Amino acid sequence: MINLAGRDILHAWGKFVFTGVGLGLLIGVTLTMAGVYRGMVDDARVLLDNSAADLWVVQKDTLGPYAEPSSLYDDVYRGILGMPGVARAANVTYFTMQVRQGTRDVRTMVVGVVPGGPGEPGQPGYLVAGRRIARSHYEAVADVVTGFRLGERIQIRRDYYTVIGLTRRMVSSNGDPMVFIPLKDAQEAQFLKDNDAILQQRRRTLANPALNRPGVPGLAEAVIASQAKNPYVNAVLVQVKPGHLPQEVAERISRWKRLQVYTRAQMDAILVGKLIATSARQIGMFLVILAIVSAAIVAFIIYTLTLGKIREIAVLKLIGTKNRTIAGMILQQALGLGAIGFAVGKVAATFWAPVFPKYVLLEPGDAVLGFFAVMAICVLASLVAIRAALQVDPAEAIGG
Amino acid sequence: MAGKGIRIERLRKRYGAGDTAVDALKDVNMQVAAGEVVGLIGPSGSGKSTLLKCLGAVIEPSAGRMVLGDEVIYDDGWKIGDLRTLRRDKIGFIFQAPYLIPFLDVVDNVALLPMLAGRSNTESRHLALELLEALGVAHRARGMPSQLSGGEQQRVSIARALVNRPPVILADEPTAPLDGERALGVIRILNHMARQYQTAIIVVTHDEKIIPTFKRIYHIRDGRTEEEVGQGVAFE
Repeated sequence: MINLAGRDILHAWGKFVFTGVGLGLLIGVTLTMAGVYRGMVDDARVLLDNSAADLWVVQKDTLGPYAEPSSLYDDVYRGILGMPGVARAANVTYFTMQVRQGTRDVRTMVVGVVPGGPGEPGQPGYLVAGRRIARSHYEAVADVVTGFRLGERIQIRRDYYTVIGLTRRMVSSNGDPMVFIPLKDAQEAQFLKDNDAILQQRRRTLANPALNRPGVPGLAEAVIASQAKNPYVNAVLVQVKPGHLPQEVAERISRWKRLQVYTRAQMDAILVGKLIATSARQIGMFLVILAIVSAAIVAFIIYTLTLGKIREIAVLKLIGTKNRTIAGMILQQALGLGAIGFAVGKVAATFWAPVFPKYVLLEPGDAVLGFFAVMAICVLASLVAIRAALQVDPAEAIGG
Repeated sequence: MAGKGIRIERLRKRYGAGDTAVDALKDVNMQVAAGEVVGLIGPSGSGKSTLLKCLGAVIEPSAGRMVLGDEVIYDDGWKIGDLRTLRRDKIGFIFQAPYLIPFLDVVDNVALLPMLAGRSNTESRHLALELLEALGVAHRARGMPSQLSGGEQQRVSIARALVNRPPVILADEPTAPLDGERALGVIRILNHMARQYQTAIIVVTHDEKIIPTFKRIYHIRDGRTEEEVGQGVAFE
């Protein structure tokens, strides 16, 4: 038996292919939306992976440092280092800002890290060029997405930094590329006031009789010095010694230091379940709408193609073609259209994904799921056309 | 296989019920022998289409008997089980327009019927080519229907009607779109094929050019048939 659907497709291949391309672009958008969601989740997990931490110690009763502001004294890490099960602990600061380079500026997440070697908590895991931060001031390691190059001078607040290393896939949960600078510079930059504000604050301190007592020389200078310095960090990243459970160490720190401590799994839940949850729901809604639109388009196309063949279908029924054969023909055409659409969509999504400003992660599993979803949509969409075809009266082929 | 033609007795068809019932066919009798071509003529609304649909097993008569070859198809409310298979294997159809399947080439348009009946593609195409050869269109076997002239398309549709060697062929205005010479050519082919394959052919027509060619004609008026001896003008 010849394949009627295949012959019909070959006969009108141009119409079929162009329709499939149109549908494919829509499927491509759908796959890309799924990729955007995957990219957001991946960005969040990359952020955790790149922190090289087992535990995040943050201000009590906060979801910091990524989901909520968190502030800790920068000497807290010393006490944590002395606790059982702690291998390494390092301060870290995070703040998002526009980093200027020449006449342009780039939105980045600036990370203040303790200068050190590979494996130090907070340090970028690996570099694609250059070296790590070794000095305490004015060196920076940037993600390649920033567009910065080795040796370039970038401006963060009032200070200039030299890019001495480049890294890759170091992004915030929002997808902003990271720029790593020494912790002390970051602490200063985070709370840096302009000159007028500093002068005003000094004047107010000196004018305050409680802080500028004639009988206590040096008090006002000490107060002014403390006001000019930022002793806070956003979190302490902790690495746990082998043989210790992160959960146990976290409970210990939380109990004795009265701080909030999150394990990797908890931090993952905060980032994926809270920070990007609204965006994920938004994308989910888009996916549902796109799936409905795709189904409607496939149904409309297949229905229109079927209506265009009513006379042929009547003749086929009159000469004894089984309903199953006619339904199969329509179903195969719908599946064929879906297959063409999916192939076009997958190729289109693969080509345009890198052009997106944020990371789009096209996972093979999603593609497989998408393929079966498209096929299921095509099957459902063809039901309307099949119903119309099966209702065709073979008598329509004869005169009246 | 072709057999003893078709016979209908007291065939009735009623549409609707009660006060709005319409009797489209009233005790219609007709017999067409194997190898015979008869004309069925009548004005619009006389019941031609209804009779054709009953003969074609597309609609069921309300009463009466229909025998196709040796097989009883309807008998006063009783009918054989599978009308679809009956249409496929025992009734050939030729339409006013050829209604070829546009996405199949000529040979597959003809071979489709034996394929639907379960024959192999090779055997079906062989049967189709034989008939296309007999009808003089074998050279267009690999062409698409849209590439054929109107006369060629109608000959292909005749081949399609004949390919399963049905005992009866129903031709609904088969010459309507053709000019005089081509219309007579089609009737010549039908007569030839009826004799060669021992098939009964019923031609529904309004075409004045071909009416003189029938040896027997059934006139249908107000749902009743009257038989008339035709002129039977020879072609050769």
